[in-house]
Amino acid sequence: MAVQLPLYLDNHATTRCDPRVVAAMLPYFSENYGNAASKTHVFGRIAEEAVDKARRQLASLIGATTDKEIVFTSGATESDNLAIKGVAHMYRDKGDHLITLATEHKAVLDSHHALEREGFRTTFLGVKPDGLVDLDELKAAMTDQTILVSVMAVNNEIGVVQPLAEIGKICKERGVLFFCDAAQAVGKIPLNVEELGIDILAFTAHKMYGPKGIGALWVRRKAPRVRLEPLLHGGGHERGLRSGTLAVPMIVAFGEAAALAQSEMPNESKRILALRTRLYQGLQAKLEHIHLNGSWEHRAPGSLNVSFAYVEGESLLMGISDIAVSSGSACTSASLEPSYVLKALGVGDELAHTSIRFGIGRFNTEEDIDYTIGRVVEVVNRLRDMSPLWEMVQEGIDLSTVSWTGH
Amino acid sequence: MAYSDKVIDHYSNPRNVGSLAKDDPSVGTGVVGAPECGDVMKLQIRVGAGGVIEEAKFKTFGCGSAIASSSLATEWVRGKTLEEAALIRNTDIVQELNLPPIKIHCSVLAEDAIRAALADYKAKQDKLTA
Repeated sequence: MAVQLPLYLDNHATTRCDPRVVAAMLPYFSENYGNAASKTHVFGRIAEEAVDKARRQLASLIGATTDKEIVFTSGATESDNLAIKGVAHMYRDKGDHLITLATEHKAVLDSHHALEREGFRTTFLGVKPDGLVDLDELKAAMTDQTILVSVMAVNNEIGVVQPLAEIGKICKERGVLFFCDAAQAVGKIPLNVEELGIDILAFTAHKMYGPKGIGALWVRRKAPRVRLEPLLHGGGHERGLRSGTLAVPMIVAFGEAAALAQSEMPNESKRILALRTRLYQGLQAKLEHIHLNGSWEHRAPGSLNVSFAYVEGESLLMGISDIAVSSGSACTSASLEPSYVLKALGVGDELAHTSIRFGIGRFNTEEDIDYTIGRVVEVVNRLRDMSPLWEMVQEGIDLSTVSWTGH
Repeated sequence: MAYSDKVIDHYSNPRNVGSLAKDDPSVGTGVVGAPECGDVMKLQIRVGAGGVIEEAKFKTFGCGSAIASSSLATEWVRGKTLEEAALIRNTDIVQELNLPPIKIHCSVLAEDAIRAALADYKAKQDKLTA
């Protein structure tokens, strides 16, 4: 099969909506268009049944015991905000301290910053060089004022999988709630909220071949019963946790995406892992001075983040413009700062500027990977030939001894 | 990031990539920037009789706009006297390449690289005549 260009390898950013998902949602625009809250007529009941089915599909995928615990939101950002601010505001009499990781998604970090402006305190834990949390540091950071620990399942930049079961156990022992942003994990890796001891879980449809604009928050109802203060007030939808008319077509699509993920995950994750391994080994075989960012072992199947030393990331993206990937280089961000995630791992700025994130997904093939290897190798070699740093390294100069004129 | 056609052209077909012998007294070398800032430019000039720049080469670690700015700088200094080359301003590069505000620092670096190469050449000459 020929490679279709442009080639999409940015499945952390978003995924293509699966055609089966689109087919499932379409009738809920123009035929079954009722409001799921209209319980008095058949239009409303059809919509409500469709929403309930989607709730069961989502609950099943994450191992939840009842489907009553799913709250639909607009996406993972809203779910993160609702979980963190909702817990803080509901439990402020119990304590004012929260713990999270420096490598969390901005939606998690900024929710904590907002709470700090209200007087809450947050410990932002660093991570080990492989990107994983140090469990002893987590234990040490807990105080009798700690009310919430927020740790993501899979990192959006480097793909590492945090030790969720261990974190869940620690939180349970200390009686602290455990919130997990699983936007990059649900549908990609097996994740069971009961087995992992998670109390609140955020996830979203568009990272798992569903549409953008619909997410969910799973909130534990028993042992313990988690209570949240809502962000949005109104008609009392979603057990009062998230008012607003339910987006029925999107919810149906989310449910279908979850059902597909659940049935296909065993084969799909193996296939995607093989593609990721092929990609990394292919690059390693043909290029020297490349560095893997984050643990290889504890990593989601489709994730690969590699630094190509002496080649700036944005110039590499420009050279492989027919392949959609992203970079941790400052030049690709509005802030002109290199990736804070790579920084937290202790990756130096000079290597962060050369990092590329590859995100392999359901619709990628072996041919895609081979094409990508060929293009990346060609462009890295071309750019190294015009890199003064590469030239110095070839001459045996240790770059750390050069006095640079930073600007 | 939308690149101008001129940036894409210089990135895809960079002019004068390469190196001159940096110990040659007729060669001036400027290396500016830092790896941790994401861009390093090396610009070299060879000055002939009459103080005219006969040859210019560059190597750049940096984004497409940085590569294009230094490629353009080598084109512009060629055939100029040292005094003329010193008059090249980063704003000229911004205008020629149609750089967006977030990429202006690339043009500043290219101007710095020209000045550093000129200064290096002058320092070498001063040493010879001293």
